[in-house]
Amino acid sequence: MEEKVVAIEGVTRQFGLLKALDDLTFSVDPGCVHGLVGANGAGKTTLIKHILGLLRARSGSVRVFGLDPVKHPVEVLGRIGYLSEERDLPDWMRIHELARYTQAYHPKWDNSYSDELIQTFELDPQQKIKNLSRGQRALTGLIAAVAHRPDLLLLDEPSSGLDAIVRQDILREVVRAVADEGRTALFSSHLLDEVERMSDVVTMIHKGKVVLHGSLDDIKDGHQHLTLRFPEEQMVRPTIAGALSLEGFGNQWQAVCNGELEQAKAAIQALGAEITEVRNASLQEIFVARVGRGVPTKTEG
Amino acid sequence: MNIQISLKDGVPIYRQIVNQVKYMVASGQLTSGMEVPPIRVLAEQLLVTPNTVVKAYRELETEGVVYKRRGAGTFISENGSPLKAAEQKRILTERADTLLTEAQQMGYSLDDITTLLNERAAVLGKAKNKSAKEHG
Repeated sequence: MEEKVVAIEGVTRQFGLLKALDDLTFSVDPGCVHGLVGANGAGKTTLIKHILGLLRARSGSVRVFGLDPVKHPVEVLGRIGYLSEERDLPDWMRIHELARYTQAYHPKWDNSYSDELIQTFELDPQQKIKNLSRGQRALTGLIAAVAHRPDLLLLDEPSSGLDAIVRQDILREVVRAVADEGRTALFSSHLLDEVERMSDVVTMIHKGKVVLHGSLDDIKDGHQHLTLRFPEEQMVRPTIAGALSLEGFGNQWQAVCNGELEQAKAAIQALGAEITEVRNASLQEIFVARVGRGVPTKTEG
Repeated sequence: MNIQISLKDGVPIYRQIVNQVKYMVASGQLTSGMEVPPIRVLAEQLLVTPNTVVKAYRELETEGVVYKRRGAGTFISENGSPLKAAEQKRILTERADTLLTEAQQMGYSLDDITTLLNERAAVLGKAKNKSAKEHG
């Protein structure tokens, strides 16, 4: 088997009373786009900081390219291209200076690639970073993250607060990294549509735990969205064994089921309701069913 | 290739690509020998992971809709015609199923639908004759 790009085992991290990561185990396979989803405060950024070696694992182990990122920062960080949500860049530099500065850390830096991106994104290399717009700042950070063709492209909420055009520019670079050379991308996002389009593998975390992990195809195959029609209006939410969630009003209700479809079908029949439609659930629907507030789920809540 | 991805109805993205390419072959928008976009190009255009396009093309190849020419790209197959007929039938069957389901929900009988279809065929036939005369 190919070596995991990232392998995290049993990592727990507590900030005060808050368990940001709770015995979390997680891995990233090479050559794919891996989407990391979770509500705000689920632990995504804390997880990414462990991958970068910015946080030391207090318990459990973190391996990136088989190495401990805290003990081998040069070897590990040299192979990662990272775009943080805050896009923290040296404000006093000009764009071309940042390119030269980043290059110094990355022997594989490709000048023609960075020049091409500066041109595509219509950036002025002479511009000072502090004077850039939000979108230009993100694109500048993106160039610094991709122009050395990293083995792992790591993006923390890359679309956060950006317009559709800049979001597309960023995702296109992810496609390019993976399509051309079979490199790996890991990105966190709360935009479920984006994750569903872009990911081969998805990990959903909630309150520091992994609640769902697998190839997007398997996750989608394993979750169905059912539309139900009851003979009478339901004044309270009906209970259906095998359903992860149930939302609706009157006699029209929608359920999301996982795997336990037969059990749910029997329960629905027993209630006298009719199933008017069965289809695959979208990632958005799966996410809401798994970690939403509507119904108690199997995870602690 | 104008492919539209929708995340609303839950259909996996690779399946949407497969279905739309087959539809374009069946409707004559893609003809044998035409090249389909390289994986990276289509992935960038649709903003989907390249592996999804790989999976869609592999399935289309297995079904004989496209073939790969080493180092040259992916092309629409020559022997598209039997598949084309089957695909046309499949598309129409799907439409018929939708029509029947909706009609049933509205309380239409099969006879009602047949009458409606005949009526519509007559109307469309007239419109076609008229425009043919005007242009002729």
